[in-house]
Amino acid sequence: MTPFFKGVLASAVLAAVAVGGQVRAEPVTGGTLVTVLGTNVRNLNSAVQSGIVTGYPGAQLFASPLRYDEDWTPQPYLAESWDVSDDGLTVTLNLVKNAKFHDGTPLTSEDVAFSVDVIKVNHPFKSMFAPVESVETPDAHTAVLKLSKPHPALLLAMSGQLMSIIPKHIYGDVPIEEVKTHPRNNENTVGSGPFKLVEYKSGEHVILERFDDFFIEGRPYLDKVVMRIITDPAARAIAYENGEVHMGAFEQLPRIINRLKKVDSLTVTPEGYGGIGPLDWLAINTTAGPLADLRVRKAIAHAVDKDFIMNALMQGTASESRTGIHPDSPFYNAEVENYELDLDKANALLDEAGFPMDGDSRFGLTIDFGWPGVKPQVEYVKAALKKVGIDVTVRASADFPTWAKRMGTMDFELSWDTVFNWGDPVIGVHRTYDSTNIAKGVWSNTQGYANDRVDELMAMAAVESDSAKRKALYDEFQAIIADELPVYHVNTLPYHTVYNEKVGNPPLGIWGTSTPIDMTYLKQ
Amino acid sequence: MSFLQNFCVRVFYAAVLLLAVLVLNFSLMHLAPGDVADTISQSMGGADQELLEQIRADYGLDQPYLIQLGRYIGGVLQFDLGHSFFYNQPVTQLILERLPATLLLVISAQMVALILGVLLGVISARKPNGIVSHFVTFLALFGYSAPVFWTGILLLIGFSLQVQWFPVAGMRDVTISGGFWVHFWDVLRHLVLPMITLSSIFLALYSRLARATMLEELSSDYVRTAHAKGLRPRRVVYRHALKNSLSPVITLAGLQFSAVISGAVLVETVFSWPGLGTLAFQSIIARDTPTILGILFFSALVVIVGNLLTDTVLQWIDPRIRGKQ
Repeated sequence: MTPFFKGVLASAVLAAVAVGGQVRAEPVTGGTLVTVLGTNVRNLNSAVQSGIVTGYPGAQLFASPLRYDEDWTPQPYLAESWDVSDDGLTVTLNLVKNAKFHDGTPLTSEDVAFSVDVIKVNHPFKSMFAPVESVETPDAHTAVLKLSKPHPALLLAMSGQLMSIIPKHIYGDVPIEEVKTHPRNNENTVGSGPFKLVEYKSGEHVILERFDDFFIEGRPYLDKVVMRIITDPAARAIAYENGEVHMGAFEQLPRIINRLKKVDSLTVTPEGYGGIGPLDWLAINTTAGPLADLRVRKAIAHAVDKDFIMNALMQGTASESRTGIHPDSPFYNAEVENYELDLDKANALLDEAGFPMDGDSRFGLTIDFGWPGVKPQVEYVKAALKKVGIDVTVRASADFPTWAKRMGTMDFELSWDTVFNWGDPVIGVHRTYDSTNIAKGVWSNTQGYANDRVDELMAMAAVESDSAKRKALYDEFQAIIADELPVYHVNTLPYHTVYNEKVGNPPLGIWGTSTPIDMTYLKQ
Repeated sequence: MSFLQNFCVRVFYAAVLLLAVLVLNFSLMHLAPGDVADTISQSMGGADQELLEQIRADYGLDQPYLIQLGRYIGGVLQFDLGHSFFYNQPVTQLILERLPATLLLVISAQMVALILGVLLGVISARKPNGIVSHFVTFLALFGYSAPVFWTGILLLIGFSLQVQWFPVAGMRDVTISGGFWVHFWDVLRHLVLPMITLSSIFLALYSRLARATMLEELSSDYVRTAHAKGLRPRRVVYRHALKNSLSPVITLAGLQFSAVISGAVLVETVFSWPGLGTLAFQSIIARDTPTILGILFFSALVVIVGNLLTDTVLQWIDPRIRGKQ
């Protein structure tokens, strides 16, 4: 072989390796990866059930048209190539020819069309495919999505767990809206992903096995993936430490994260959560009482010390987030009003707003929280606001539904809240600020916030195909939100992935464990 | 009253009790604000109002309270515990899958606590002021006062992390393969720590009670007679006195059966034991009414059966009770 040819071959191999993500070392085939799930799985069918728990097994069982690398660039997966027309109204997917479902049936464009229908009806994120009017199937390996308006969020929505292609010949036997309770969502589940289902035992484990006919040659590397359900965070920590479990994601207790960081055999990293984009913030009901006054909201922002929350409460495991878009997202704008701790300014703003200090108090407010984990933040807000004369009463909720009811009906004044971006801002960000989405259940616009310019910016950004222009629209959007404070953005949720030194190529891309782990391997 | 009459009355009471358990719990669940649709939306990362309404309609949660209750009771009367909203599975299947694990844990913990408790009680009763007796008292009070989850985590740190004798969580290691005995040992290894944790609370109760009743028996006339006859002390204690001191302990054990089941909730959660306890805990958090009611129904059933069993055992060891029938 001539040196020239060697060079061509080498770059071809490199190109092949680069496709679909970064491979860091020489992978080894075989082995059983033991991983962990923090709660029971409700449903394995990720086309009808979103969420971080289903995302992990879902992305192994079902393949999606695209996958994303660490730089938020789309990569081929089930679609070997794709094309967006110049007017943005037609998206053509050219599917790989050799994709099969686990039962041996070939995957065709019919399955893609069927899956879009199922997701449109059953999936909670309606904005993902709302502009998709129809899916045409000119041949078995071409699916053409016809849109009513340009929809740049679509590409991201075709990756990870958001667009799982499910087999029509299995899930098509019931009316579309009944797919979410299909008996094969939890047993005998069949997809076209790198691993097939061996067994799901509620409360115990999900066991997956290598799918030998997977459409990417030579993958996956692992023979078996075990997902053990261990709900107690302390028990999970011990299992990582003694090597019983190789890998787990979504650890969020600062104490445990910092303890595991000291274990030599483990790596603990906050990488891999940009897509899901989990944010912690102080939600504010802007419609009534003193909080309707912007000066009061600004005073609160100046009185609450983010550094204390991040250093003392989160013990350095969380990072600052200044807007409703996760800091890892390419659309994040850090150049916005950032409320430094300034009690004098806070007092002055409250005086100006017409709430003079009477003794040591100006007025009272309530603060809610939905789960015990954020009680420290809530108690801190109470103490911090006391310093500027606001008497805060903490209202506990018996459980999540109780809190969700209060939030959804705007029966609150302040509340600690955790909301996820879910990829493109259109999916998980707009819902919080959209004036047509006020008080429609938990995680809608529970702030009662309405600003015409914000609505307009979101509407424009939703259809803007040019990413630079889109970024500019979101920059302005974030600046207004930070200035008007419908919510006071504080920090990212400190999700961390823990993995043993034996694990090669752990899933740390933008979707974390909600991506196929066909490139993950166990070192010998 | 004949045995059969007696039995029928008891079964009737049990049925009324079960019905009350269902109605009361259903009503309590209904009174709380919010419902399972909220937790389903939570598990999905949020859902719009339209989808929430659709979920409520799918599960009949939009119907008036009395209609929902009526439907549920009607279902139970036909031995149908309903369909879990949260787990998408029939409740009966969910419970039957989890029941064996809980029974294994609860029965083995109860057995260990009972046998060891009585033994320790008797040993300390023979020398009430000896060092062994003080040690047993200390151990018993420690086990009783330490919170189960704390004991559990401490045992995990000691025996799963410092010395790695026992696995951290679950009931079996799915990565091993082999015949029946391989799996038997595997389950046994997983069982040890949760069993010790759960039995630690009850060990205290039984050993204290066994000690007290034993002391009482040892000072009674027939024991003195037995000693006077020249029987060996060991025989007097274990053959004569023990049998008479057992019946209060067994009565207590029967009464404690429900406490063992509720104690299992915490132990199962700490050790991720795939039993009814973890299911109960998770379904309460998820507000999954059919599953919660189903578990309470089964727990009530287990307690009732446990009490019936206690009575039978008592009749067997104590002829005086047999006579009163």
